[in-house]
Amino acid sequence: MSPNFAAPAQSAATIGKSVKVVGKIFAKEDLYVDGDVEGTIETIDNKITVGPNGRVQANIIAREVIILGQVQGNVETSDKVDLRKDAKLVGDITTSRISIEDGAVFKGSIDIRKPEVKAGAPAAAPTVSRPQEPVAVPAANAAAVGSAPVKR
Amino acid sequence: MFTGKLKSIFRGESGSVPSGAAASGVTATRSAGTGGIALRKPARKEPPSLRQSRGLEQFFFNLRDVVGLSILDFAGANQDNINFLINLGHKVYSQDLVRSLDEFFGDDPAEQTNAARIEAFIQQNFDYPPDTFDGVLLWDSLQFMSPALLNATVERLAMVMRPQAYLLAFFTASERATEVPSHEFRIVDSKSIRVTSRGDRPTGQVFNNRNLERLFGKFESVKFFLTRDNLREVIVRR
Repeated sequence: MSPNFAAPAQSAATIGKSVKVVGKIFAKEDLYVDGDVEGTIETIDNKITVGPNGRVQANIIAREVIILGQVQGNVETSDKVDLRKDAKLVGDITTSRISIEDGAVFKGSIDIRKPEVKAGAPAAAPTVSRPQEPVAVPAANAAAVGSAPVKR
Repeated sequence: MFTGKLKSIFRGESGSVPSGAAASGVTATRSAGTGGIALRKPARKEPPSLRQSRGLEQFFFNLRDVVGLSILDFAGANQDNINFLINLGHKVYSQDLVRSLDEFFGDDPAEQTNAARIEAFIQQNFDYPPDTFDGVLLWDSLQFMSPALLNATVERLAMVMRPQAYLLAFFTASERATEVPSHEFRIVDSKSIRVTSRGDRPTGQVFNNRNLERLFGKFESVKFFLTRDNLREVIVRR
């Protein structure tokens, strides 16, 4: 089996590749979309997978979203967004973690929001690091010339 | 050190068509009269190479000590750039401008001079509110645009960038080159990048310092870094 092929889990509800849904979808279980969906898809605590034949024109809200097909819409997850090799996503992403395979096409913004720390739980390590201070560049490839700014 | 044809081949100028591309029968020439871009050549099988970038170093130096900036990266979606920018604490906007050029204008050079098509391209690819971005990574995409498209793009960039925002762009330093390699750019750290060839493409026009200063005339300052591999790295401040 190809590692890029995310087959629907047995417990997941499935929208087959010959099915088209227009409207709002609310799910309380994992959802595998291999058909057409126009509207919204929401499943707060579960995973949504857009299969290789999936064509979604909808905003998606879920715990985790895996995309192998095409999505036009915003994606918001509490955990992770995973764009596989042939995925195409046009829309904005809000998530905690993101994975993008080579070959995926993405146009939009990525806003990383760390999950809220529950009371009593240890604080998560910060993921925002300070920019590195530039240091002198070896003259290997970049011999700078004419580097004085041109004031206009 | 190199002279004549050998020098041209070394510098990647006209006449340095790789054997693979020549065998494919694909021709790529700057279109006389239209100022447009003709067919691109398929990518040569070259391993990615690591190079230092003074331009990139300067870009991130200018944005240091601040988090939460909005950075527009035209390298297309890749994990390296996104990780690097996110770990700096910035919001990332990702898009593959060279791919958009191909999808929008195809191989017809006249398309890049069509005012209506240019306007549609700008609307589709730069549909952002004014003063949105603190930094824009254009990489080498601008040099493959016709003059008309390039001017329209830069004008729009000036609008969507915030005052004192910076952009980074790469241009060939060879004034005789009619075609140059295009590359995919991946950020390794704040001063080095990994580049992979995406094939040769015709350049839209000659890019010398004077032309670039004129091109970015609406911006506050333009700073050049000339590299040994015949590239002019440009940092522009809005």
